[in-house]
Amino acid sequence: MTMWKFIRKNNAIVIGGTVVSLIVIVAIFAPFIAPYSVKMSDLKYALTPPGAQFLLGADQYGRDILSRLIYGSRLSLMVGLFAQMINTLIGVTLGLFSGYYGGKIDDTIMGLTNIVLSMPILILSLAIMAILGPGIINLLIALGAVGWTYTCRVTRAETLSIREKDYIDAARALGCSTFRILRKHVLPNILGPILVIATLGVADIILMAATLSFLGVGAQPGTPEWGAMLSRGRDYLYYAPWISIFPGVALFITILGLNTLGDGLRDFLDPYRKTLK
Amino acid sequence: MITFLVRRLIQFIPTLLGVTLIIFILLNVMPGDAALLSGNPRGGTDPKVIEALREKWGLNDPLPIRYVRFLGNLVKGDLGISFRLDRKVSEVINERLFVTLRLATCGMLFAVIGGVGLGFFSAIHQGSAFDIIAMIGAVTGMSIPNFWLGLMLMYLVGVLLGILPTSGYGGGDLAHLILPAFTLGVRYMALLARMSRSAVLDVVHEDYVNTARSKGLAERVVQFRHIFRNALIPVITIAGLQFGGMLASTVVVETVFSWCGIGSLLVESIFRRDVPVLQGCILIIVVAFLVINLLVDLAYGYLDPRIQYD
Repeated sequence: MTMWKFIRKNNAIVIGGTVVSLIVIVAIFAPFIAPYSVKMSDLKYALTPPGAQFLLGADQYGRDILSRLIYGSRLSLMVGLFAQMINTLIGVTLGLFSGYYGGKIDDTIMGLTNIVLSMPILILSLAIMAILGPGIINLLIALGAVGWTYTCRVTRAETLSIREKDYIDAARALGCSTFRILRKHVLPNILGPILVIATLGVADIILMAATLSFLGVGAQPGTPEWGAMLSRGRDYLYYAPWISIFPGVALFITILGLNTLGDGLRDFLDPYRKTLK
Repeated sequence: MITFLVRRLIQFIPTLLGVTLIIFILLNVMPGDAALLSGNPRGGTDPKVIEALREKWGLNDPLPIRYVRFLGNLVKGDLGISFRLDRKVSEVINERLFVTLRLATCGMLFAVIGGVGLGFFSAIHQGSAFDIIAMIGAVTGMSIPNFWLGLMLMYLVGVLLGILPTSGYGGGDLAHLILPAFTLGVRYMALLARMSRSAVLDVVHEDYVNTARSKGLAERVVQFRHIFRNALIPVITIAGLQFGGMLASTVVVETVFSWCGIGSLLVESIFRRDVPVLQGCILIIVVAFLVINLLVDLAYGYLDPRIQYD
């Protein structure tokens, strides 16, 4: 397949991937791109409208919104990636054991999964944040602890079907340990769906992290987290709408990019199970 | 059908127990002594007062005993006494329940009517400009953070255009309801639009649709009686499941629009460290979520006679 053909056939991957890559580049090179230091705060510039000095305006403490948005991309991506890594690790491990062993182990793990699944993620993570208190690390823990159920169910279902394959029997006959079978023979065959879920999950987690921060239980106030930046914005909506507008735009573009990439990956990796058209 | 119903109800009990246990454990290991925090405003830090409060709220008993007592009270509809308001939690929640239900119901109505309508017409006119715009709108709607959307609507419609009130419950009038209900419903509308579009597209090429057309039925009849009604079954399931998620989202929307419902009560009680109220709010939302899922499950069998429950 030529590159051009790939792009035409998978434009969702290309568009989503480009947007996501740009955001990653911005996050990596934040100190070089940001016009001001993230610590810069000068009350004399408080509520300056967008203009030549502050491209996207300044907030109520005279901080440059653009610079804070650029640094904020680091936080959002970090929370999204790490929390999703925790989710995937928990979900895949539990799902593999559940699907491969079956029986009591399966019943126990699926029982737990169904209980966690029967609570809305937002409510569960709110409860956990209420206990842990605000902070980026706590946000990571809370979101990493609640979002693994879907991964677990999919991993289990895929493992169940792979367990019956001849090559698993062959591996067992050769004397492979269970761990080796799971790692070398099962896991590589279910990576596709897990990757798709993980990509779409990052978007969900970034949104959830911003939501929790907006409500005041996520990132500590003062942190350049996009949701936290929005949380005080409402008080200034009348005089300084730019405080509320731009963090939301950044969040929206990031989530849209990740969702598009995830949808595209799903079509690419699993042509038989089509995305909703 | 009866056996299915009974079995489904029996399965429901361990889930309910598991959920209450998780919530109870989570909230009762919360750091910061509730009695110490709450006792302060009334009696200073007098150890006697704090001890009295601990005794009053039963905080001195071991956790398993407290859990059993909590379950026992729960069955009687008693959610305990607020640490901060010195009132029954069930009373506090009762006052605010209607507001949340009203918001969620209106959001849902909006999402279902808008979503199914958009999805249906997009599928019927597949590939048209309407279809493309509607689907771009759906992707946008699914990615837009609802709290930000709320703020933007507040600014555009409330501040710039000045058509609708920016926030608050008002006296419960329609004008105060429109923006919050829209904000709450958009994500679900987008989801339902995509769902129902693909559901209709799945049905459109079925044999019975061709049969209906070839026997000379009017196109309108074919569309509504044969396509729409059959496509609706999976959509109703999704819509029902969404309603539970929507209840959770009221936490955000009520906070944005300063409504006094269960959602905003939940957030307030986190900041006040009022564990009984927090616990009550979470329980109400989670149990409602569970019950709705159960009802959807049961309704599914009723709506689709092809499904056999053995």
